[in-house]
Amino acid sequence: MPTKGTARGKAPPGADKRKAKTIKDDDTITELREDLDDDWTQPKQLVKPDDQLQLSEAELKEEFTRILTANNPHAPQNIVRYSFKDLQYKQTSSVDQLAIHFALDGNLIHKDSDEARRQLARGEQGVEVVSEHQSEAGDVEKADTGTDTEGGEKAEGESGKEGDGAEDGAPTPAPAAGSSSEKKLTNQFNFSERASQTYNNPLRERGTTTEPPPRATYSSNVTQWEIYDAYQEDFEKQEKSKEKKVVPGRKDEETKRKKLTIVDSQSDDISSVARGAKIIERMVNQNTYDDVAQDFKYYEDQSDEYRDQEGTLLPLWKFSYEKAKKLAVTSLCWSPCYTDVFAVGHGSYDFMKQSNGMILFYTLKNPSYPEYMYQTDSGVMCLDIHPTQPYLVAAGFYDGCVGVFNIHENKGGPIYLSTAKTGKHTDPVWQVRWQKEDLDNNLNFFSVSSDGRITAWTLIKNELHYMDVIQLNTNDLLADAVDGSQLATTGAGMSFDFHKQNDYLFLVGTEEGKVHVCSKMYSSTFLDTYNAHHMAVYRVAWNHYHPRIFITCSADWSVKIWDRTNSKPEPVFTFDLNSAVGDVAWAPYSSTVFAAVTTDGKVHVYDLNVNKYEAICEQLVTPKKKTKLTHISFNTEYPVIIVGDDRGYVTCLKLSPNLRKMPKEKKGTEQVKPEEKAAQKLEFEVNKMEKLLAMVRQPDNKEKEKH
Amino acid sequence: MAEEVVEKKTEETKRVIHTYPLIRHSDMNEEMRTEAMELCVTACEKFSSNNENAAKMIKETMDKKFGASWHAVVGEGFGFEITHEVKNILYMFFGGTYGIVVWKCS
Repeated sequence: MPTKGTARGKAPPGADKRKAKTIKDDDTITELREDLDDDWTQPKQLVKPDDQLQLSEAELKEEFTRILTANNPHAPQNIVRYSFKDLQYKQTSSVDQLAIHFALDGNLIHKDSDEARRQLARGEQGVEVVSEHQSEAGDVEKADTGTDTEGGEKAEGESGKEGDGAEDGAPTPAPAAGSSSEKKLTNQFNFSERASQTYNNPLRERGTTTEPPPRATYSSNVTQWEIYDAYQEDFEKQEKSKEKKVVPGRKDEETKRKKLTIVDSQSDDISSVARGAKIIERMVNQNTYDDVAQDFKYYEDQSDEYRDQEGTLLPLWKFSYEKAKKLAVTSLCWSPCYTDVFAVGHGSYDFMKQSNGMILFYTLKNPSYPEYMYQTDSGVMCLDIHPTQPYLVAAGFYDGCVGVFNIHENKGGPIYLSTAKTGKHTDPVWQVRWQKEDLDNNLNFFSVSSDGRITAWTLIKNELHYMDVIQLNTNDLLADAVDGSQLATTGAGMSFDFHKQNDYLFLVGTEEGKVHVCSKMYSSTFLDTYNAHHMAVYRVAWNHYHPRIFITCSADWSVKIWDRTNSKPEPVFTFDLNSAVGDVAWAPYSSTVFAAVTTDGKVHVYDLNVNKYEAICEQLVTPKKKTKLTHISFNTEYPVIIVGDDRGYVTCLKLSPNLRKMPKEKKGTEQVKPEEKAAQKLEFEVNKMEKLLAMVRQPDNKEKEKH
Repeated sequence: MAEEVVEKKTEETKRVIHTYPLIRHSDMNEEMRTEAMELCVTACEKFSSNNENAAKMIKETMDKKFGASWHAVVGEGFGFEITHEVKNILYMFFGGTYGIVVWKCS
């Protein structure tokens, strides 16, 4: 053990330097080393004790000779032992001069000893060895010294046992240095482990429960007769399907079943991805119609600024469905709840060519395919979406039936349908309109038909109850007819509209060109009757803002605006559009703007506030001249209209800025509450109309005065 | 009398014919169904005289192939009402007299 060896060798020399000088003359190594030491050590300051004798120079120089011997002064010098050889007591010549004052068993072992080798062999275990080593140190020491002496390393150590350890130390450094390249053991005195403890992350538990796999129960009985019957049934089935000699085999069975399962799984798959497919379809459409969507949102016709009054219509999407291509658009209705959804009724206006009908729901987000569709046996002539329950749709058919469809229910047909027993109309139903719920909160709607009846329908439980509100073929008409012909007596309703504020008041336009002002209260008489047109009144509509103004359009090429309070039964405005007018609609944003469609394929937009005589926009929107436009509807939120034609197409058009001039908002009105704002707007629009009316009346009055 | 005998004979011949596996009810997917059916057939043919062993073989093989907790019943007459994991039931007849139900439920 080199380290131990040196440690032991160095410590004693400091202690017995003087001793070594005097006693051991031959110990030159020690002396040399001391000299070397003195060279570099600082001169020592001698510290004298206070009570030291003060000696004179002579006294100091006086020499005292003292001979130090190795004899032990305490050792007896006259030991007498009995000698058996001489048969007498004899004085022993040699006396043991050794005296042990202190002995301590060390824990060092010599590196060449067996024990050390054993430990070296185990040295790889490191720390373990050290601890073991220490525990064994006591035994090791003895063996160690034993081998030392046997090896004969030291000449003087012949007599020595443990005692010569001090002398032993001096010569060892040489072998110790030589073995330094060997594997080092840990230093017992200032050894420290280099391991370090890292921070332990706190543990956290986290658990979830998954849904258990779906389960189902199944029960049956296995009996011989059931097995027999099953085989018999299957056998017969096979025979029937093949009409051949039965070849009972597993393979046939399998293939049959395979086909079945394939069909099954396919249908399953489609239903499961329906939602995903719908989303993808919309995404694809969003990409394909991106430019149109951009136009819808942001395009404003720049040229309007230079035209000062006139405006244009920008065609956006075109909606069509393969199965509805030959069917005329008979009605259009925006959803009151979703501003991008509208319903289209398809049927035929041609009395000779009647076929089936369709109700389609489109959204602006997907122009390529309808959202919902219903096929009907008879042509759909009109429809209306319920204002608060937008999934309910009332429809009137060419065969006189009325029905109610529920989009939520995945039924192919109507949830309610009138029958001959439950008072269906005998002629086509031209218009239906939802009403407020009655006193019992039952849903109800009105319908008008050319059989002259205006009927209220109430949805009670599973049935559709009817009540005739007014019969149009009354005696007044008979009296009016000059020649008394029978035909003139029947009043055939074509259209109606309910007053926006007065719930009971409504207008009915007839095939004869009359417009009746009716009340729900009186079923036999009309409040008023206008001989409005010479031909069928296709549409009658109250103004959205002004409570006394309504508009009519007719097949006699004209559109007329009426004032209920006008003393004379004359229209306030009359417009000739040079073609039969299929539909007319007030704009929801202004009291003076309306749009009409004519059979020559044109859309006419008027703003009375801008021009009382001419349309501010007259635009051909159909690709072919022959195509007749049938209906029009304004979107309530966006500046777009939809126009339907008799070929089954619905076109969406954007109104240019000139067609939707809004009142300039006064400064400081931004903080006004929305209700107040709406009220202000209403007042403004009514005033606008009033001003117009006044302007129209004035010349009349002046003329009268002149007369 | 003679006619009756003839009828009986024909019936019996028919009966002999109907030994192919006949699936009465199954909501397994195609692949699994055929595999399970084949397995039932092999098991019943192998242990034609010992239904218990056949059921054991079916159960163990199904466990290996489609994961644990399968149950199998083989017999000529029994009634059952079982709860099974969806898409994991097969109820079939085989050999004209055997009913086999295999289902999974843990």
